[in-house]
Amino acid sequence: MYDIIIIGGGPAGLTAGLYNARARMNVVLLERLAPGGQVLTTDWVENYPGFPDGVSGFELMDRMKGQAEKFGLEIRSEEVVRIELREDRKLVVTSKETYETRALILSCGASWKKLDVEGERLLTGRGVSYCATCDGPFYRDQPVAVIGGGDTAVEESLFLTRFASRIYHVHRRDELRAVKLLQERAMAEEKIEFVWDTVPTRILGADGVEAIELRNVKTGETTQRDVQGVFIFIGTIPNTELLQGLVALDDAGFVITDDQMETSIPGVFAAGDMRSKSFRQISTAVGEGAAAAHGAEKYVEDLQGV
Amino acid sequence: MADILQVTDDTFENEIVKSDLPAVVDFWAAWCGPCKMVGPVVEELAKEYEGKIKVAKMDVDQNRQTPAQFGIRNIPTLIFFKGGEVANTIIGAQPKSAIEEEIKKLL
Repeated sequence: MYDIIIIGGGPAGLTAGLYNARARMNVVLLERLAPGGQVLTTDWVENYPGFPDGVSGFELMDRMKGQAEKFGLEIRSEEVVRIELREDRKLVVTSKETYETRALILSCGASWKKLDVEGERLLTGRGVSYCATCDGPFYRDQPVAVIGGGDTAVEESLFLTRFASRIYHVHRRDELRAVKLLQERAMAEEKIEFVWDTVPTRILGADGVEAIELRNVKTGETTQRDVQGVFIFIGTIPNTELLQGLVALDDAGFVITDDQMETSIPGVFAAGDMRSKSFRQISTAVGEGAAAAHGAEKYVEDLQGV
Repeated sequence: MADILQVTDDTFENEIVKSDLPAVVDFWAAWCGPCKMVGPVVEELAKEYEGKIKVAKMDVDQNRQTPAQFGIRNIPTLIFFKGGEVANTIIGAQPKSAIEEEIKKLL
């Protein structure tokens, strides 16, 4: 039986693993893909302390993984298919085997929310994208649309200026939520044209995206822009498929914890983007990962009467 | 990453289309983070299904013709081939079980 199993290898999970490994806990981290999480889709990270000139998302995560492994964290590439909570232990069932553990740290992250408009699903992979850093280079000298008003949406727009001929940045309000510095950069960028108070209503195209239909939420007016790509960054949904009915979730499906990162079930902790909170950053995920690791260690020690 | 078959625009026809075995091609690029998450999974599957299926990678940055031919605009994209024809496509980073399921359908 393990002391602690960590599910998910983004910043929160790798930090928890680093702390637990240094505490000499019997710990394993399960990740369904290679570790790194959503940071891997970030071209350049400028707001993670300690890197004054910034660091690529890939390098940052490679360093976090290396640091955790250096202290003995075992990372296994396995997809968890079911979690069972018993009184004295927790069972984690993967596609390969069943593990038993005393404590559990959930750091499964979040995925990009869909717009839920006509054409989106059909044209995903044919112009509809949720990762500008992956797909941007396919849009050299082509017009594209970016949807969303947060940091990621604006960062991705700025990234796309390297390739696209024109970027229609569509946002449902008349101001951005993104941090001011990013707003200043985007406003100064000639290729980016902001389309305010506007929501996409349809994505048009047969074999690939040809245009996007937009509706102004104030005037009700409908317009179309010819674009070859639509990049969607309108927020995230938590990866909580495994947790339905197991731990308390908020209305949007994020995991509710106390300030020790413990969920509604003793010995089950959550950290990072899947947690119910208002601000999702690498730096906050890292802090929560450390806190969850500490909480899980305490829980295991109490069980053993140390 | 070293010993997996790398195909190019020039070798694609012979290696994949004319392959006796069913084949999977992982279209990727160095700039793409999620490709790095899928890469190791594909390499694992290449070992596990050695002799039953041909697994290859194509760098879309070095090879423009084949990705364009298949209309690839998102990476990672995995295309599954049987008898030279496209049997299925997986777009984006999917877990191993999803990829393996598609591989089993080819056998």
